[in-house]
This record gives sequence, structure tokens and C-alpha cells, in this order.
Amino acid sequence: MPTGVPENVFISKLDVLANWVRANSLWPMPFATACCGIELMATGASRHDIARFGAEAMRFTPRQCDLMIVAGRVVMKMLPVLQRIWLQMPEPKWCISMGACACSGGVFDTYAVVQGVDRFLPVDVYVPGCPPRPEQLIQSIIDLQNRIKQTGTLTGREFRQRQQHEGPIPLTVLPPEAIIAPGDYKTATKDWSNEQP
Amino acid sequence: MNHDDIIVKLKEHLGHDEVETSTFRDNVRVIVPAAKVYPALSFLKEIGFDMLIDITATDYLHYPDAKDRFGVVYCLLNTATGMRLVVKTFLNEPELKIPSVFPLWKGADWMEREVYDMFGIAFEGHPNLRRILLPEEFVSFPLRKDYPVQGKGERHNFPVLSRAES
Repeated sequence: MPTGVPENVFISKLDVLANWVRANSLWPMPFATACCGIELMATGASRHDIARFGAEAMRFTPRQCDLMIVAGRVVMKMLPVLQRIWLQMPEPKWCISMGACACSGGVFDTYAVVQGVDRFLPVDVYVPGCPPRPEQLIQSIIDLQNRIKQTGTLTGREFRQRQQHEGPIPLTVLPPEAIIAPGDYKTATKDWSNEQP
Repeated sequence: MNHDDIIVKLKEHLGHDEVETSTFRDNVRVIVPAAKVYPALSFLKEIGFDMLIDITATDYLHYPDAKDRFGVVYCLLNTATGMRLVVKTFLNEPELKIPSVFPLWKGADWMEREVYDMFGIAFEGHPNLRRILLPEEFVSFPLRKDYPVQGKGERHNFPVLSRAES
């Protein structure tokens, strides 16, 4: 009677097994708000074929997804929606910030556009480009898979360890009295550029 | 009926001192005081300008030789003849009020809401005058020239979600 481990059995840690499974079946949540969304669709289409990396099952409900791809600029009216969708996604979950606008606001340095979703969400991988090529997005998914394989644990301990928000330093925000009420013309016409925030 | 006839009729209806005119290329502009806007537009609708193309506004702060702060612009079209007419009026702080033309054209609803949203000009008699593009809690009027392009911090007034919390 043979002893030992058969040829088609291997022994590993449960964490590694979980990471192996998770990394190769990512379910993206396409949060496509702008032209990056077109490249995201191209990545999912037959020419570039994101299915080769096990991430082709895009779902439009956050409860079935574990990878949020923020593709495009996010305005201040959309950010609460984005945060709510992120909170609705089950653990473990990851986030790719796709394109210059999602990473930094891009050329839209205006009052309504959030200057990088990483100010308000934990982002794992940033993809530069305006918009990025599908190859870049595929590379980001490969990078994310490597990251999952190296850092993940079965119970998601690695997420709890990151207590502090690891975003960029906040932009200067004007003092609360500078945010005016409707019709308050005197406050609105005051020159706030010399005021210390 | 050409533009001159219409201006003569409008002057007869409102009074000769109340109506100024100007032209720029093909556009004929009629400038009336804010109190006369509704009668003027009502009369123009009666004589054939049945379609309201657009309502918009301009902030003339820092504009050279401008006497008034805000201008409200109504673009009209006669769908039978294809004739167009621009009606302008000027408003100043603190009287940023103008009668709504919603009773004349139902399409004025969202246009007036947009002007209110961006400039803070109140349209009296509008059935539902609230912000249309910006969030309800927004307090500024961003298309005013004294509003900074990068805002006053509204775009960063959100809670930060960290990995531990979400």
C-alpha cells in the first residue's frame, strides 16, 4: 500500500489557497463615469479579453463584486454614491483607480470634481493615463493579483491591520466661515486668497 | 413682419422709454427693465414668438464699462417664420428677483432652475425653484465671477473611508 502524498495533491497554507482562488476570480464592479469606461469596456471585449485573467464577470450590483474599478472623474455629487457602493461590496474587496481623473482629478481642477478618489476610498492600484490603454488596465489587474497572492489572508486580517487612511495629505480647505449662505454677497466677494486656512 | 416692426409694436405696448435695442451680427437684442420682462415676453409670445429657446444669465462683475451686475437673457423663436429675438434684462444686488415665465412656457422650468443654481437669481412664481445640478446642500452659486474656480472646499467635505471601516 503506497504511503505519502499522491502526485495530484499538494499541501499548502489555507491563506495561500484562499489567495490563489480570490486572485484568479476577481469580479469587477465597473464604476465607469467617463471616457475611461470605454477603455474598460474594450478591456472586457474580445480583443483584449479580460477573461484571460479571470476577471470577466462584471456585475452591476456591488453585492456580487469584489473589485471596484473607478473609471473616470468623480464629481462631488457622485462621491456619496461611490462610497455607498463601496460599503455595499462584501469583503474581501479591492479598488483600482483607473485614469488620471480618478487618481488625481486630472485636468478638472474645479469646484465640483473630487481631486482623486483615494482621498475618500482605500485604493490598491493606480492606473495612469488619459485614458489608459487596455493593456495598462490588464497590467494593473496582474499587479493586483500578485498583491492579493502576497498579502491576503483567509480572514482578511491584512485589512484590519491598516487602521490609518493611507491617502495623500488633504488639500487646503477654506475656513468654515468662507463657505457662505445663499445671497450672502459680502462674504462671497471677500478675497480669501490671503487668508490662512 | 420684420424685426423693426416688432420693436415698434413692443415700444407701443410697453412705452418708448422702457425698450432699448441693439444688434450684434444677425442677433437683434431688446433690453427691458426687470419689472417689464414678463409683460414684454407675454406680448412677444402673443405676436408669434411661441418657443422659448433658452434662459441664461451673465455675471458682469469686473466687466469693463458694465453698469449692472447680472444680466438675464431670454432667447425666443418664432417657429412659423424662423425669426429669432433676444430679450435681456439687468439685475443688481440685493434685488435678485425676476418673475418666472413658467406660466408662458412650460419649458422654462428647468432653465430657470439652472440659472438659480448657478447664479442665485430667484424666479418668483416658479413652481419648484430648487437646485437642479448641484447637490441640495450646496450653498454657493458657482458661476458668479467672485466664486473661486476651485471652490471653497465643498469638493472635500466628505467622510474618509479607510480599510478598517469598510
